[in-house]
Amino acid sequence: MLLGRVIGTLVPAVLVDELSATPLLWVQPLDREGQSEGDPLVCADGTRMAGPGQLIYWVASREAALALDPWFVPVDDAIVGLVDEVRLYPPEDSR
Amino acid sequence: MILGRITGSVVSTIHHSIVEGRKLLVAERLDQNGRPTGAYVIAFDAIGAGQGETVLILDEGNGARQILDDADAPVRSIVVGIVDAVELETS
Repeated sequence: MLLGRVIGTLVPAVLVDELSATPLLWVQPLDREGQSEGDPLVCADGTRMAGPGQLIYWVASREAALALDPWFVPVDDAIVGLVDEVRLYPPEDSR
Repeated sequence: MILGRITGSVVSTIHHSIVEGRKLLVAERLDQNGRPTGAYVIAFDAIGAGQGETVLILDEGNGARQILDDADAPVRSIVVGIVDAVELETS
């Protein structure tokens, strides 16, 4: 799973039946410090509670298909959960 | 499997049911010499790994689902070992 931030929504005119009830959101992938990394992608929202500005974590491929309800639908990427906080430990010291 | 170092954790209250009661760790990927590659992954914790530890991460969905004993889990990465040392043959 990787971090991402929801930057928008996508409203399809026509969509396969399996996905018709699932929100589609634009997500900007982030590195672990929260900086943008790579190109935005469209994620199906398995939580159905994410919206623009929300920090989330997402999965790709088969795992994305498993994250949704209905289950096993044709998607590349899906949101698994909303992030309340990312706790980064202080950098490695003399340990 | 990949080598990583635990650099943080993710707090999440709204999530897929598989995440319930589980710890999400942020791990930076390491190369064979223990240097960060720049990539990272958010992984489940199967063994109680903690801050700064070098770990072995299973980064494959079917194996992850076997460990969780849930054929429908949308999970790819799980911390499955804590690494004491990596020894490389010098060429």
